[in-house]
Amino acid sequence: MEAISRAGTVLGVLAKDGVVLAAEKKVTGKLLDLSGAKEGGYGGSGEKIYLLNSNIIGGVAGITSDANSLVNYARSAAQRHLLTYNEDIPVELLAQRLCDMKQGYTQYGGLRPFGVSLLYAGYDPHYQFQLYHSDPSGNYSGWKATCIGANNGTAQSLLKQEYKDDLEVKDAIGLVLRTMSKTMDSTTLGSEKLEFAVLTLDPTTKEPKAKIYRPAEIDALLESEGLAKKDEDTAKRSA
Amino acid sequence: MENLFAITGKGYVIVAADTTSARSIVKMKVDEDKIKVLSPHLLMAYSGEPGDTIQFSEYVERNIRLFQIRNTYPLGPSAAASWIRRSLAESLRSRKPYAVNLLLGGYDTNKHEPHLFWVDYLGTMTEVPFAAHGYGSYFVLSLLDRYHNPEASLEEGLATLKRCIAEVTKRVVVSPGQYKVKVVDKDGAREIEI
Repeated sequence: MEAISRAGTVLGVLAKDGVVLAAEKKVTGKLLDLSGAKEGGYGGSGEKIYLLNSNIIGGVAGITSDANSLVNYARSAAQRHLLTYNEDIPVELLAQRLCDMKQGYTQYGGLRPFGVSLLYAGYDPHYQFQLYHSDPSGNYSGWKATCIGANNGTAQSLLKQEYKDDLEVKDAIGLVLRTMSKTMDSTTLGSEKLEFAVLTLDPTTKEPKAKIYRPAEIDALLESEGLAKKDEDTAKRSA
Repeated sequence: MENLFAITGKGYVIVAADTTSARSIVKMKVDEDKIKVLSPHLLMAYSGEPGDTIQFSEYVERNIRLFQIRNTYPLGPSAAASWIRRSLAESLRSRKPYAVNLLLGGYDTNKHEPHLFWVDYLGTMTEVPFAAHGYGSYFVLSLLDRYHNPEASLEEGLATLKRCIAEVTKRVVVSPGQYKVKVVDKDGAREIEI
């Protein structure tokens, strides 16, 4: 629990026609070699947002190694469901699968529970777009907008103020980025600090389409939302 | 000999099965129900080795029910069919495989469309607009090639089914006398008298 409250913030907002996830990357620095993450590898640019299945994206906060193991488990569970039932796993069922395992580690002595909270943003035909949160004890709940990680209290109350029902994806993107820029420790919002993903329906096939933004796309998005690199702008103006 | 027929139409699936249970040349029973209602919107007709049919259909019935209790929503027709096919395919490679042929008719309550699956004891599965198992299939499939209409109303569908049953009764040497007919649509599964 302690590790989670220090981990980078992950924010999720549910809209009428999609779900939006954003995450703050904590592991940055001049000497860190990010050349591998530049292009944004398959399923995310590296740290906090992962593609769990074609219809579900997950955001993690907590101990990174535990999170990797949980992501691996979630992907296997999703594929197992696809193999037996020939359909994408419903979002709540995947959350349940992970929580069943997380709960198991709280029941017996000798083992340490997973120090990870997750956000699941997904789509299934039963309840359309959904956003779930699960904590290390194995509790899970559905949300319209929620937040895990550092400063989650502040972000939560900001979301509570600004959230409106019948939000559309483009409004949700704005809401997520604005809340993110207010809650992050640093004042600059850029691709080296931010991960971003959106789940929508493909207009032609009506199948869920997960898009995890590449660093360059994040910068372009921040530019269009007018939130890019405030300090650089002011520096340029004063020069 | 055992016969199973099924026809899809506009928003429904009709499933029909004969009601005789025979051993060698002797009819043991003439009011056997070979169509199980697996969930509110799913029907399964079965034929094959007498003991196997009961055993396998009850196994399927209870597992589908278990899924529904565990997860609060029932499996959709195609998910249920995939699971059932896999059960049969796994059984095929066991010491004593189930010799059971199935027709699965269901109504997808999310996408609002009917689905029909033809499954045999080897674990073959195909989604089809109409289907049949048994000697009757040799006559009925060609009849349905001619008369099946995916946009037909329930009355028209039942008329086509009666045509099929009449043909089988007329042409097949050992043909069963009576059929049980069930329908599944948006309102769920129910039995129909013909």
